[in-house]
Amino acid sequence: MLSYAFRRLLSTIPVLWIAVTACFFVLRLAPGGPFDGERSLPPAILQNLAAHYNLDKPLIQQYLYYVGDLLRGDLGPSFSSEDFNVAQQIMIGLPYTFTLGMTAFALAIIIGVAVGCLGALYQNKMPDYVLGAMILVGVVFPNFLIAPILQLVFGIQLAWLPVGGWGDGSLKYLVLPVVVMALPHAGRISRITRGSMIEVMNQNFIRTAKAKGIGPRLTVMRHALKPAMMPVVSYLGPAASYLLTGSLVVESIFGLPGIGRYFINAALNRDYGMVLGTVIFYMVLIVFLNLIVDIAYAWLDPKVRNR
Amino acid sequence: MTDQTQKDVLLELKDYSITFKTPDGDVKAVSNMNLTVRRGERIAIVGESGSGKSQTFLGIMGLLAKNGQTSGQALLEGRDVLALKPRELDKVRGKDMAMVFQDPMTALNPSLKISRQLTEQLEIHRGFTAKAASIEALDMLKRVGIPDPTRRFNLYPHELSGGMRQRIVIAMALLTKPKLLIADEPTTALDVTIQAQILDLFNDLTAEMNTALLMITHDLGVVAGLADRVAVMYAGNIVEEAPVDELFEKPAHPYTAALHAAIPRPDQDVDDLVVIPGRPPNLQHLPKGCNFSPRCPKVQDDCIDRPPQLETLAPQHCAACFHPFPRREELLTHA
Repeated sequence: MLSYAFRRLLSTIPVLWIAVTACFFVLRLAPGGPFDGERSLPPAILQNLAAHYNLDKPLIQQYLYYVGDLLRGDLGPSFSSEDFNVAQQIMIGLPYTFTLGMTAFALAIIIGVAVGCLGALYQNKMPDYVLGAMILVGVVFPNFLIAPILQLVFGIQLAWLPVGGWGDGSLKYLVLPVVVMALPHAGRISRITRGSMIEVMNQNFIRTAKAKGIGPRLTVMRHALKPAMMPVVSYLGPAASYLLTGSLVVESIFGLPGIGRYFINAALNRDYGMVLGTVIFYMVLIVFLNLIVDIAYAWLDPKVRNR
Repeated sequence: MTDQTQKDVLLELKDYSITFKTPDGDVKAVSNMNLTVRRGERIAIVGESGSGKSQTFLGIMGLLAKNGQTSGQALLEGRDVLALKPRELDKVRGKDMAMVFQDPMTALNPSLKISRQLTEQLEIHRGFTAKAASIEALDMLKRVGIPDPTRRFNLYPHELSGGMRQRIVIAMALLTKPKLLIADEPTTALDVTIQAQILDLFNDLTAEMNTALLMITHDLGVVAGLADRVAVMYAGNIVEEAPVDELFEKPAHPYTAALHAAIPRPDQDVDDLVVIPGRPPNLQHLPKGCNFSPRCPKVQDDCIDRPPQLETLAPQHCAACFHPFPRREELLTHA
């Protein structure tokens, strides 16, 4: 199991390298630069800035510098902030994004799996239809539509919850953004769970479990749930990345001080260092989450471990 | 019936039927069947695919597909298992009656260790602690002939061969020392060499535990060595029932005789294999008379007119036929 995890970890290195390289060059293809503004700066100052950030060197040399720094764990300077480099800015935003993302992820899994199982066990009966319809709403409406509606209803008209901001970081500030982030994923997870659960419940080994008279609760929880979770778990990898990219939008709608805000500002300002830094950060996170998913998969399906 | 013989009866099917609701109408897979199983008795249920032999016993175990419905009575020690609530049924199945399924490759849960799958019913039905259940299960693995059981106990099903898995499934069914063991074609998916070993295992263990064995099979060869009594099923009902020797020597129903003639012999050329002409009837459009009449070599007017009932021909030997064979030789002249 450990050697399996280690092998999977090694195989992510080339993926990361390709992504960094592609990102670096694509960013430079875009017109404009970090110091182009409404008022153009005097050429001498631009010259100095370019020299300071190595922007006057050939592109390939800049790339090698960047990768060199990266290997030493240095995400480089931010082009728009003298006080904080890229790594420091990410660390400032990280706790917010992390709390938000993980809470939403956990919520999506819990709701999705629970609703999916109920749907499967009450297949084509009342609970299945009701839950299915509710989940459909979450899937088809995009977060930038759901978010303002929830803000309007719960934030302004009912005034139960704050409209936005982080406040003191207490639960009531988290509820709306987390729900908005979790809803579509809870929907997809529930559909996958339902389908997979129905399939597993028709398997021969479930008939064996029933024949043993161990009761419906153990039959579902012990015998059906684990194999039924396999397609769900393989969805969680991509889901984690959707969730994170979704957090960019949700953070700006709710005015939360997470990494997403830096990313959007940096992209608009051509802050190469900051954009690359956040992209790399998200990438590492996604690769890491996928690794966890693969390990979970190996736990669920003993046959995978031997590969 | 005296009190003693009444006490001997373990399972009694009375007017037992199974109907499946389908979009094309109801299909009666088993119709008005009667069968008595005594304690420790070994009965083989023989029939072609689709004769309803598997469904009969899945129905008793409460394992029919959702659209399946049973009627009549299935009395296990006098208690009608068909009338039990799901919770009560779970106290009976896996404890008093157990089932071994056809395909050992899919009958075990691929994501749970053998140990977990073996110990759970002991913990639930017999209130064993985890440790006591492990000891009991390991002992049973030894008895079903699994070498090095301690190591295999902690493996997953995919790490074992088919024959080994079927032994595990048998061990699983026998762990709680059930009074009735239903085996649904337990050797069909196995190599011929393994088949004989598995059948021996059934023989020995059921005798040892005084467990009644219902062996469902389409292979008359399997029946010969194993069963005390044979019930032949055709189109959802028993057409002949007899002690095993009598059935082989003096089959009365033309269907039994035809099945018997269809067993390939080693000295037989492939082109000379005996087949039963035609196919089993569509259960939605059963003939008005005898279900076998369209394929029967001895069919007469009354066969087409009305269905025959099971009639006793000799002690313990009954057949549902208007024109039963008195002797086997007669078949040969007809065939």
